[in-house]
Amino acid sequence: MSETMNLTLKVWRQAGPDAPGEFRSYPAVANEHMSFLEMLDVVNEGLTEQGDDPIAFDHDCREGICGTCSLMINGTPHGPKRAVTTCQLHMRSFKDGDEILIEPWRANAFPVVRDLVVDRAAFDRIIQAGGFISAPTGSSPDGNAIQIPKDDAERSMDAAACIGCGACVAACPNASAMLFTAAKVAHLGLLPQGQPERERRVLSMVHAMDEEGFGGCTNFGECQEACPKEISIDNIALLNRDFVRATLGDRESGVRRTAVM
Amino acid sequence: MNRVFALWQTAVGKKVAMAVSGILLVAFLISHMASNVLVFTAPEKLDAYAEWLRGFGPLLWVARAGLLALVGIHIAAAWQLTRMARAARPKGYARLEHQVSSYAARTMRYGGVLILVFIVFHILHYTTGDFHPDFVPGEVGRNLVVGMQVKWTAAFYAISMIAIGAHFYHGIWSVFQTLGLNHPSWNRSRVTLTLGLTLVVAGGFLSIPLAALFGLLR
Ligand code: HEM
Ligand code: FES
Repeated sequence: MSETMNLTLKVWRQAGPDAPGEFRSYPAVANEHMSFLEMLDVVNEGLTEQGDDPIAFDHDCREGICGTCSLMINGTPHGPKRAVTTCQLHMRSFKDGDEILIEPWRANAFPVVRDLVVDRAAFDRIIQAGGFISAPTGSSPDGNAIQIPKDDAERSMDAAACIGCGACVAACPNASAMLFTAAKVAHLGLLPQGQPERERRVLSMVHAMDEEGFGGCTNFGECQEACPKEISIDNIALLNRDFVRATLGDRESGVRRTAVM
Repeated sequence: MNRVFALWQTAVGKKVAMAVSGILLVAFLISHMASNVLVFTAPEKLDAYAEWLRGFGPLLWVARAGLLALVGIHIAAAWQLTRMARAARPKGYARLEHQVSSYAARTMRYGGVLILVFIVFHILHYTTGDFHPDFVPGEVGRNLVVGMQVKWTAAFYAISMIAIGAHFYHGIWSVFQTLGLNHPSWNRSRVTLTLGLTLVVAGGFLSIPLAALFGLLR
């Protein structure tokens, strides 16, 4: 039997980037099998029928892999369940009569576009700064031509699970993007293919992160807890180590060049 | 020097500065605590220790300037990072649930300010004797015991030492993360080391005002 539940949503509504926003209340009817986004879809159908603006929220794959959905639900990114994105959160995590507070991610680097939609292009710019490797294109190389220790491969894969949703920034009391950036740095930096650009990568990505106006890391650990992909803060330690090493022994700056008399 | 400055210009670098200055301050506090508890054996032992320190002459001033510089670096980085964090989220949440961060972690900034106030008071109390009821230069052990007989002073010392304990609890663990000194195989020892150092150092310090409050230090 599927239980019907009556809920009250308190949703952040904001007409545009510079418009003042406010919370508005909406009744919602859901059953426990619906995903959180399906519940919002139903509310939006009702709003549209009444001639009101539907609540804008981000979504795409709805299967927990694209990182597009967001939402601060009752004070936690992606809602109350561990390791789950909002699109994969089911209404059985709530109960009849609940009031649910829904806010956008809040960070200076993630400006609100409308309602619950924020602009996460800052993440793209961090990636552009160094989240890539340079490799020749052409025919694909032989499988296993480059040997990778199993541990490194696994740690790299764990870091690569990051879907760039921004929950880490949203949860961080400092609005820091360290977990995201660290995941990208570790993902490539742990593999042989990532070595040639390892120093340059960490330098440019950390500088890009600062330029976007994210806060610093104070090792609260909130990001790791909020991450739907359970990315570990061990990656942050790795980023710190690589960054200090690259900065103090910076080859790019030319400091090491021998002076010519 | 250029490279150290380049490091300082980033948020990660400022945290590294906090971690390095923090470690050195912790090292100082370990030796400071260890010498203070000599008061439980005999107050005169502290006089002898102070005498020995004074024997270093100008070097003592170098050490003092060094400590002051460390505190300055630590606070300058904390100040700038706090401002960056505030600017990074100008509009806060109506509701933000902390899932895992410890109370100690979330009060680092306030605890740090309390510790600063404490340091200033502490120097005016036992170094210059301004806040002391009966200060006799050179009689370090006696000054310590007499100064602690004032109830509110001892209470303030006790509270400050609890704040230092909380600061240690998050700070020492944090150092490993900030300096990238972490590995799955010793992440557990990190926790043990943090707890051990916190209990021994903060506990050692705390024992003195507590003993005074309970009339055990005369
Ligand atoms: C007014 C004085 C102080 C202020 C404002 C202050 C503030 C802070 C702040 C904001 C942090 C960042 C911690 C984090 O969230 O990770 C920190 C870390 C730390 N503090 Fe302090 N603090 C002060 C004094 C002290 C003193 C006196 C000591 C040593 C006894 C100390 C030892 C440490 C250590 C070891 C860390 C860890 C550094 C790291 O995170 O890697 N602090 N402090
Ligand atoms: S919509 Fe793709 S992860 Fe949620």
